[in-house]
Formats: sequence, structure tokens, C-alpha cells
Amino acid sequence: MITQVNSSVESLTLRINGKDVSCRAGDTVLQAVRDNGMELPTLCWLEGLTVWGGCRLCMVEIAGSPKLHAACATACQEGMEVQTNSDRLHRYRRMIVELLLAERNHICSVCVSNGHCELQSLAQKLGIDHVRFAYRNPQLEVDNSHDRMRLDHNRCILCTRCVRVCAEVEGARTKDIKGRGVLAAVIHDLDQPWGESETCTSCGKCVNVCPTGALTHRGVAVGEMTKKLSFLPYLTLMREANP
Amino acid sequence: MTESNKKPTVATVWLDGCSGCHMSLLDLDERLITLAGLVDVLHSPVVDDKNFPARVDLTLVEGAVSSEEDYRKARMIRARSACVLSLGDCAVTGNVPAMRNCFDRASLFERAYVENASHPPEPGQRRVGLPVLGVPPLRPKAVPLHQVIKVDVYVPGCPPPANAIWFALSEILAGRMPSITEVTRFGL
Repeated sequence: MITQVNSSVESLTLRINGKDVSCRAGDTVLQAVRDNGMELPTLCWLEGLTVWGGCRLCMVEIAGSPKLHAACATACQEGMEVQTNSDRLHRYRRMIVELLLAERNHICSVCVSNGHCELQSLAQKLGIDHVRFAYRNPQLEVDNSHDRMRLDHNRCILCTRCVRVCAEVEGARTKDIKGRGVLAAVIHDLDQPWGESETCTSCGKCVNVCPTGALTHRGVAVGEMTKKLSFLPYLTLMREANP
Repeated sequence: MTESNKKPTVATVWLDGCSGCHMSLLDLDERLITLAGLVDVLHSPVVDDKNFPARVDLTLVEGAVSSEEDYRKARMIRARSACVLSLGDCAVTGNVPAMRNCFDRASLFERAYVENASHPPEPGQRRVGLPVLGVPPLRPKAVPLHQVIKVDVYVPGCPPPANAIWFALSEILAGRMPSITEVTRFGL
């Protein structure tokens, strides 16, 4: 999603949660919601990366449409009426996060990202005090082969931020996703150990965009892994300013 | 919660956990004195009577359900308690005890009692067997309490901060359902 930085751009008026707001033509519903000071949770979306639309947390209701729409992948239209926080949407968001917690082994208390995890804080924000679904407890690998970074599949939610930042910002295309459904997993090159990858530049961007404790630096203990996301809007701005 | 002029009765139980949640309960410090004035604690690891009472108004359960003994206790607690509170991440999510769930029990026992034994048998000596006497059989998976019995209130945290426990107890005693995620979360 390329944001136009052009003052002559057409503006649109739409209604979000009963409030009239304006946005630029070409803005997504997610941008319009957040630019107007309203909250909408996301896990796969990240400013500076292409839209993925995978986490389904930013689903909104649009008047006249029977189905829900991912706000990150829906363009604003003149006169659109958007609802972002109905009981139904809240119920679905809770369910999505509970299913993410049940899918792999998210043991917050012993995770390096404890206290700095987007999944954990989102669960708290949504009022999730327990998971209604049975935990799957899959047996998953931890890729420790890189000398500076680590991939723990137990904590991965398959948001693909790492895949996108690697391809779109670093330009290395080391990371990708193999498999389908619950068997899907982040891989390096042709599904080889990260440390043996010939394309990885060891830039560490993937670690910083990862919302959970799946991608971390090595040598950090419980709760010590903090991510720095500030580089991404900066790089995006520099690229837009010097196309 | 109970007949007038009688204090509500409370029990606390320690299943598969590290007792950290009970330590956090003790961290209520001087509020324990206030609490003692508000409720009667009938049964707890810190109370002499080791028999679970026939009826209790509120039971706080720490720990996951891992063994047959945990399972039996959980069922009994539910049958005898008006309100059951899952205290801490082990009871709420399975937490650390549930990290064994992706291995089968045979490889688990091998790891714990043979590979990691501090005194491995000398060559030719008889291999040390698994402890069986006085030890409850392990269930195939350690599960959260609410997968075994109906749970009324959840207080996540590892351990839940004393303030969160105090908040939960105060709200329950006032007849309200605590909005617990305002004060604690998984892993806190």
C-alpha cells in the first residue's frame, strides 16, 4: 500500500462508528480508522510492509454488505458506513486470539518476549482471561543454527511480517512459508537451517518486526527481548522522499 | 454468598504448580488480617486440616491437572464448592507443567528418571526403576482446570500479583465478577 503524500489528492467522507470522518482517496479503512483516533487491533499489518490480510483481527462491518471485511485490505469509499466494535466483531476477535494461543505453545511465563509481546498484550486488551479451546501442544523445532538470532516455531503466529520485511525492505528473500494450515511454518531458503542460509544478510529486521517471541536475538532471558520497530517507518519515509 | 451473619468459607488447593500462587496470596501482607476478618479459611496448604470440607463457598485452585490425584481432587472440589477460581497460569493455561504435553509419558519418564538421574547405575548394576509407590499416576497431558471441571473465575498470571488476587477476592465477596484483565494477564 503506497501512501500518497500529495496535497491535491481527493478526499473522501465516510462514517465510522456513527462519526463522520474524512480520509484521502486510496486510504484503507484501517488507515481511516486509526488516523481518526480510533483503535483497531492488527497482528499481521505493519506500516511500511505490503498488506497481507492474514490475521483477520481488523475485520469490520460495512453497511450494505452481509460479510465482514479486513479493514487493512479494503479501500475507503465515499459514503461508506463502517462499524469497528460491534459485539459480533469483539466475539470474533476474542476467538481468533484464543485460537492463536491454542494453536502452538505460547508459554508466556517462560518466553523471552514476556511483557513485550503483541499477542499477549492483545489478549489482555480483549479481556481474554482463559482459552476455551483445547491446546494443541504440537512438537515444534527451535532453529538455533544462526549465530545471532533464533527462530522458535512454538511462538510463531504465521503473520508473515518477517517474510515481507525480508523481501520488501532488506531485499534478501531468505524467509518464506512452507506447508498449509496448522502445518505451515517459516523457512529459510530451501527449508534449511537459518545458520546455513546463503541469502540471509543477518540484518535482524525480521527479529524486530516479529510481534511475538518467535524471532529473537540469542542470549536473552525471559522477558528481556524487546523489539525496535522505529526503523521501518523511517526507511519507508526515506524511500518515498527519494523515489 | 452464604447465610447471613456467617462468614463466607474459603479453601485453597495446590495441584501441579510451584506454589508461587500461594506465595503471592501470602504477599497480601497486612491485607491477610483484613481477609481473615472477612472469610473463614477452612482448607489450604497453610491450614492444619488436610481434609477438604464437605461444603465451601469459594475454592482457589493453583496448578494444572496433571495426575490422577489432581483429577480426583478437581472433581471433588467442584462437587463441594459453590464457586471455583482458577488461580494462576498453570490452572488457567497449563503453563509450564503443560510443556510436557508434546512428549509421550514413556520418553518423559526416561528423561526424568534415567537420563537425568543424578546417580546413574554402574555398568552391570540394576537400572533404577520408575517410582511407583505413593506416587499418583501421571495423566497423558497436563491440562488447564477448566478442561476438567467448570470454572467460575479466572485469575491469570505467573504468579498473579497479590493486588490481582486481592482485587478478585474483593469483587467476588462483593458479589461481582472481577474484570480481571484490567489487573493481570498471562505470564505476568
